[in-house]
Amino acid sequence: MASYTPTVAIDDPRTSTGGNGALPPDWGSDGGNFDSSFFDTRLRRARLGLVVGLTGIAMIFISFTSAYIVRQGLPTLDPRTNALLHDWFPVPLPRLLLINTVVLLISSVTMELARRHTARKVALAQLTSVPGVSVEAKEGISWLALTMVLGLSFLTGQWMAWRELAANGFYVASSPSSSFVYLLTGMHGIHLFGGVVALLIAGFASVLRRTADSQFILVDVTGWYWHFMALLWVYILCLLEFVH
Amino acid sequence: MATREFAAHEAHAHAAPQGFIRKWVFSLDHKVIGLQYYFLALTAVIVGMFLSLLMRIHLIWPNITLPLLGDIKPETYLTLVTMHGTIMVFFVLTTAPQGGFGNYFLPIQIGAADMAFPVLNMLSFWVTALAFIVMLGAFFVTGGAPLHGWTGYPPLSAVPTAGPGEGPGADMWVISIALFCIGALMSALNFITTTLDMRAKGMSMMRMPLTCWAWFITAILGLLAFGVLFSAGILLLLDRNAGTSFYVPLTVFSGQIVAHKGGSPLLWQHLFWFFGHPEVYIAILPAMGLCSQLVSVFSRKPIFGYKAMVYAMLSIGLLGFMVWGHHMFMSGMSPYTAFAFSIMTMAIGVPSAIKTFNWLGTLWGGRIRLASPMLFAIGFVSLFVSGGISGPFLAQPTLDIPLHDTAFVTGHFHLIMGVASIFGIFAATYYWFPKMFGRMMNETLARWHFWLTFVGTYCIFMPMHYAGMAGQPRRYSQFTELHYLEKLIPLNTFITFAAFVTISAQLIFIFNLFWSMKAGKKASDNPWEATTLEWTTATPPPHDNFGGHTPVVYNGPYEYGVPGAPRDYVMQTDPATVAAH
Amino acid sequence: MGLVLLVVIWLITFISTYFFIAKTWWLPTGASAAAAGIDHHFATTYLVMGIVFVAAQVSLGYFAWKYRDRPSAPPARYVHGNNMLEIVWTVLTAILFIGLNLMSSSIWASERFRPAEPGATQVEVTGMQFQWYFRYPGADGKFGATKPELIDASAGGESALGLDTTDPASKDDVVTGTMVVPVNREVEMILRAQDVIHSFFIPNMRFKQDAVPGLAIHMHFTPITIGDYEVTCAELCGLGHYKMHGMLRVVSQDEFDKWLAAREAEKQ
Repeated sequence: MASYTPTVAIDDPRTSTGGNGALPPDWGSDGGNFDSSFFDTRLRRARLGLVVGLTGIAMIFISFTSAYIVRQGLPTLDPRTNALLHDWFPVPLPRLLLINTVVLLISSVTMELARRHTARKVALAQLTSVPGVSVEAKEGISWLALTMVLGLSFLTGQWMAWRELAANGFYVASSPSSSFVYLLTGMHGIHLFGGVVALLIAGFASVLRRTADSQFILVDVTGWYWHFMALLWVYILCLLEFVH
Repeated sequence: MATREFAAHEAHAHAAPQGFIRKWVFSLDHKVIGLQYYFLALTAVIVGMFLSLLMRIHLIWPNITLPLLGDIKPETYLTLVTMHGTIMVFFVLTTAPQGGFGNYFLPIQIGAADMAFPVLNMLSFWVTALAFIVMLGAFFVTGGAPLHGWTGYPPLSAVPTAGPGEGPGADMWVISIALFCIGALMSALNFITTTLDMRAKGMSMMRMPLTCWAWFITAILGLLAFGVLFSAGILLLLDRNAGTSFYVPLTVFSGQIVAHKGGSPLLWQHLFWFFGHPEVYIAILPAMGLCSQLVSVFSRKPIFGYKAMVYAMLSIGLLGFMVWGHHMFMSGMSPYTAFAFSIMTMAIGVPSAIKTFNWLGTLWGGRIRLASPMLFAIGFVSLFVSGGISGPFLAQPTLDIPLHDTAFVTGHFHLIMGVASIFGIFAATYYWFPKMFGRMMNETLARWHFWLTFVGTYCIFMPMHYAGMAGQPRRYSQFTELHYLEKLIPLNTFITFAAFVTISAQLIFIFNLFWSMKAGKKASDNPWEATTLEWTTATPPPHDNFGGHTPVVYNGPYEYGVPGAPRDYVMQTDPATVAAH
Repeated sequence: MGLVLLVVIWLITFISTYFFIAKTWWLPTGASAAAAGIDHHFATTYLVMGIVFVAAQVSLGYFAWKYRDRPSAPPARYVHGNNMLEIVWTVLTAILFIGLNLMSSSIWASERFRPAEPGATQVEVTGMQFQWYFRYPGADGKFGATKPELIDASAGGESALGLDTTDPASKDDVVTGTMVVPVNREVEMILRAQDVIHSFFIPNMRFKQDAVPGLAIHMHFTPITIGDYEVTCAELCGLGHYKMHGMLRVVSQDEFDKWLAAREAEKQ
């Protein structure tokens, strides 16, 4: 058996971390990413991917926020009088938006319940592999389906709020402030709809016989995404209501 | 001393796909996706070069009638300018280095079997390909492609009556860019997660090749920047189609009042350049990473200052978000803000200079092998220096007054972003071709390609600096209307002829590329005697990259010229030289 | 191959440097008070960056040749870097770059931070596709009102600006297609644009400023040499961008007064 006696002095521990062929400490990553059936690895990776993705999405809303604030304070040259005037008049927001907010926050709760319920399914699934052990999967309310219903209700409510705004004469191009109301609520709605689609996929995962592990990862990632969308909505509402 | 052994694992989880569609069209294999991106970029660069050739022809022969294409009217010229810039920046410089080579080699160089999310990877390519088709589609709709420049400043880009091509063509342009943003964000997600979470045992961040650092930092820039461009595009689409006035104040075109009011054209500029400046670093960082790799491999010594190189790239990335206003010194922005931006811009020149010193430091005292990848790497350094030197002129607002929007700027960014990055793509192709296709590219043809392109691009873009100082504005379709421009026509003629030669020389590359795939000399697994992980595996790499076994990394990536080593290099996976004697 | 690389890199460097030093194609003659300072700083930046350019390219070519691989070459130096060197060249570069910028800051401040002096010649400059118009306020020193509804581009002159002739202040406004100003007196411009972004660029005056719809931007410069100077547009504004030019005529104060009076007389 060859003995690993180094005959070569690799300089510079900085780039060899430990020098002379020693392995660096284990950072908790299993390193062996070949076996991606490791649940922990897949979950961690999926969550990391979600955080990264949400950062990208956050930048979209950060730029809208920046445009919003800049536009509010921007005087414009009236070519008739050659004077600078401010043309920002906040839009009175429909009370319906508050109801929608409550619906969305409740959906966040049901989403979290769905997530934890699925987590329990994962834990129980490991037991069912033991011969002679059977566990009653307590079905009961599908929290996932309820979340989807609440999410769709929210989106319907947003649509109704738009109709109310239009009825009061506030269309997308009516004024700079109304443009932003439609823009921010619309972009959020599109992203939330994406979340609804993710819920559908997560819901079908069980029907399509994915493993409990995979089901949980889908539900978990969708769950955090959903919570982010709820928080984002609260942020948008506060921005529209309080920053003018 | 036993190394850590892994418990026996089953073979790699996703088995090799069967069938043409799964293998080559909707492949989940990062290597295939990398090649798809690469060939998308190759198609785009041919289109982009053709457009620029037409531009150069028109500039010195404005009245010529071309076969098949007819007359090039002033508005057509501006369409060429717009589409050339857009296609080159997005579909070549942001696609080939990152989506192409990054996709192919990041997982392998860090010892992973694939990207973190293969399905997302496949989707990101197809979204990008769709974006390209939409972009080309702009040529074919009523009014044709837009003429507002790749920078798309409103109101010119926001009001359909502002010019030919500003109708549906401009909508297609915005939609294409929005799609591209989505594809880029998806790709960035994959790169970042993969780099952070899928490195093999022993591959610490500070043992990663600088190519991986470059792709990683580029992905972070993309993640933070493309969302902003997306937002800017949405606002522009709304202004164009929904009557909003984010960007457009009350304007009058040919006596007709256009129904907008209160918008700010500067808002677009801020949003666009907040993306646009990181974008230029996205275009150049991968080439910088590769250059570091190549000067080390082909000088047979470690990269000079690995840590400094990492910190320099990180600084460039960070500072890159703080300098966007230097594109707006003349825009009507506050002069105090302009001053602040100019200080930051001078600051970002520092890490770039450090990288140049380190490349020179790597060459110094080496044993340089001038194979074709190294020729292009050295060419890259030269072009980077030339393009970089003109930066401090433009970074000072006082000097920007005479130089802004002149050919000086065009020369600057073509050298430092366009040509330098393309040299990175060429170098990467010659370097990694043996690993991807199992054959060497023809070295004689490569040399012809290098010399003609190196001298040719200098002949095209160095004279633009002179023209710019003399006051030649950008985006002029001809120079016949201003007296002071007449004496610049001979210089422009020289540039056009240089362009003819240089563009023709690229045919050598294209021929070499495809011919060598079939008939090139067969390559060994490690023809360049390099130490990084892609050279430890078969040529081309198997579906899971390492044939079922996980690499373990013991050394840094630049152990060349190690005294006492049996060969003059030590692979990253080499635990130590066995004391067999 | 190493030698060829050295020769080619050195040739490119020296040939391009030659044209810079010989000023074969150069900044046009300066005719404003600011030009001397700007040109001087240009030359300083030039010299400094030129030295860096030559040094870097010459080293690159030299190293590519000197350290080429050949049987007689010594082994490559196994060195990972030098921290002290990194610190030194980082600090020096930072001082150089930021120092250069700070040196030019006073010029920027005088050009942009301070408003025009009282008594400056007032001209409103309006850009539109594809023409510059200039308006003088006349004896009352006030610019009359303009209304977008009154704009008639094809009629030119006052109609192109939509001048409201019912406004008393408009009576003495003079609108021309050529900009005429008296020498040695500061010119205050109010830059406006009707349709898209244009940029008012007078190369000889070292003056450039974007004209943005929705904004009225105040700028100034002082012409110091009598003559005719071409004015051009420096921001892509549509298909006629290449032919959107005008003329600046710098004349004596007397001649300016006579010219203005003649224009006023034409209005009667």
